[in-house]
Amino acid sequence: MEAVSLTIINIIIFVLAIYVGYHVVWTVTPALHTPLLAVTNAISAIVVVGAMLAAAQTEGAFGTFLGVAAVALASVNIFGGFLVTLRMLEMFKKKDRPAKAAN
Amino acid sequence: MSMNLVTLLYLIASICFIHALKGLSHPTTAVRGNYFGMAGMAIAMVTTAALIIEHGDGKGLWWVVLGLLIGGSYGTWRARTVEMTQMPELIAFFHSMIGLAAVCIAAATVGEPAALGIAAEGSHVIPPGNRIELSLGAFIGAVTFTGSVIAWGKLSGTYKFRLFQGRPVVYPGQHWINLAMGIATVVLIWAFWATQSHFAFFLICMLGFVIGVTLIIAIGGADMPVVISMLNSYSGWAAAGIGFSLENSMLIIAGSLVGSSGAILSYIMCKAMNRPFLSVILGGFGGETAAAEGDEEQRPVKQGSADDVAFMLSNADSVIIVPGYGLAVARAQHAVKEMVDKLIDKGIQVRYAIHPVAGRMPGHMNVLLAEAEVPYDQVFEMDDINSEFGETDVAIVLGANDVVNPAALEKGSSIYGMPILEAYKARSVIVNKRTMATGYAGLDNELFYMDKTMMVFGDAKKVIEAVGKAID
Repeated sequence: MEAVSLTIINIIIFVLAIYVGYHVVWTVTPALHTPLLAVTNAISAIVVVGAMLAAAQTEGAFGTFLGVAAVALASVNIFGGFLVTLRMLEMFKKKDRPAKAAN
Repeated sequence: MSMNLVTLLYLIASICFIHALKGLSHPTTAVRGNYFGMAGMAIAMVTTAALIIEHGDGKGLWWVVLGLLIGGSYGTWRARTVEMTQMPELIAFFHSMIGLAAVCIAAATVGEPAALGIAAEGSHVIPPGNRIELSLGAFIGAVTFTGSVIAWGKLSGTYKFRLFQGRPVVYPGQHWINLAMGIATVVLIWAFWATQSHFAFFLICMLGFVIGVTLIIAIGGADMPVVISMLNSYSGWAAAGIGFSLENSMLIIAGSLVGSSGAILSYIMCKAMNRPFLSVILGGFGGETAAAEGDEEQRPVKQGSADDVAFMLSNADSVIIVPGYGLAVARAQHAVKEMVDKLIDKGIQVRYAIHPVAGRMPGHMNVLLAEAEVPYDQVFEMDDINSEFGETDVAIVLGANDVVNPAALEKGSSIYGMPILEAYKARSVIVNKRTMATGYAGLDNELFYMDKTMMVFGDAKKVIEAVGKAID
């Protein structure tokens, strides 16, 4: 038997990941939909992995330029996305305690 | 470091991302989830850096550090200084970053495939399968980039530029032009697959940039919650496309998570507006608003002052507040919280009712209220609170319109079937608006003319502050 092609394996991963995403995201409470948008911004910045390879391993100036640009663009999201999510979540959390104390 | 170890570390990072999303099921677990997400990203980046050092002399890493410093410091600054009312613009801006990054990576890969490990050392031939994946990733990224820039402009609402205005841009043959460009893209992807022509790839990116603009300018301001969710989804698919091109399973997993997340949010938003997804995407909605406003006959409404509101609220036992976009524009969330605190001190039950499409993006109102330190157990979703309006003394509608319009219950109305907050069932209703202007749907709101309704005109923040002062 011949080996399964890498593309097929990737498609399997893709489909299963969509299933996981579908089921996990439906459990997110509607009150946290804005933090969900912000944190998914940060997660999709995982393309930084490709950007790092492009920035560090390309030999031509154009490729390096594109790589550095991509690293910079993705890092805006990595830092911005996670930090702004955290900022929002702290707001939700902060009120949790006084509310309980008041009861 | 073997590639097997690298891949396993990437798997751990992927699991962290799943946990980041899962944590958001409740405010108490969400912060921990966010740290999981950060850890996943750190693992992924350190692993990749190690891979780069091992592969060469590691000098290239300085370029990575340069990009990281520029982007990281800008992102940190934005995250720390952004106002909660501007969150929709920031999210749209972040989407555009991912889109453009995906285009850059794909272009770099097409230029030097060996550097990214999808062609043999010294070879420039990309395997045909990867050519399709690369062009798809670049195309989706390009659409995401320009589409998000337009969405960002529309959400900011401060730019005179026509394409950045909430009113949709419609012209004859719009859908046919989009369709033609879509077909041209398919042909070009086929050409790139067959020949690996750099020119074909360039044209695919350019068409993507153009389609992003033409798709989003047709969509009106009312549909922005759908647009922002949809672009969120696209940015995920772009990341997954890059993952396929580079044969990196972590990128595929993370991209799919984001893609399905955005798709679910789009679905929820469409359902909350009772509008089919396709008709939102095809756009044009909200274009007639301006025309409908002019020919309204003046019907009498009952007007009241801030003192009247204070009196009614002080004598109520239960109050429900319905915040809308007007509250966000006026930045009145802190004033509302102060007023509510006074009411609660008097022993009055106060709750907030949130419509899924209140504000400019999913969950926007919840964040604004959270910023004003409103405890989340006072804030209720539509389905949980609608049955309570009938037993409530006063419902206060702050800068919301279509989401409380009883016309949604009447057959033949343009918003028929849209789920609404049943504020009209409360014993008395107070509506604060700036003017009598119609909402996005361009419909008159029967609620404003009911006998039990009192209209208070003016900026939400000023009105609420005055009410707060009048309550002693």
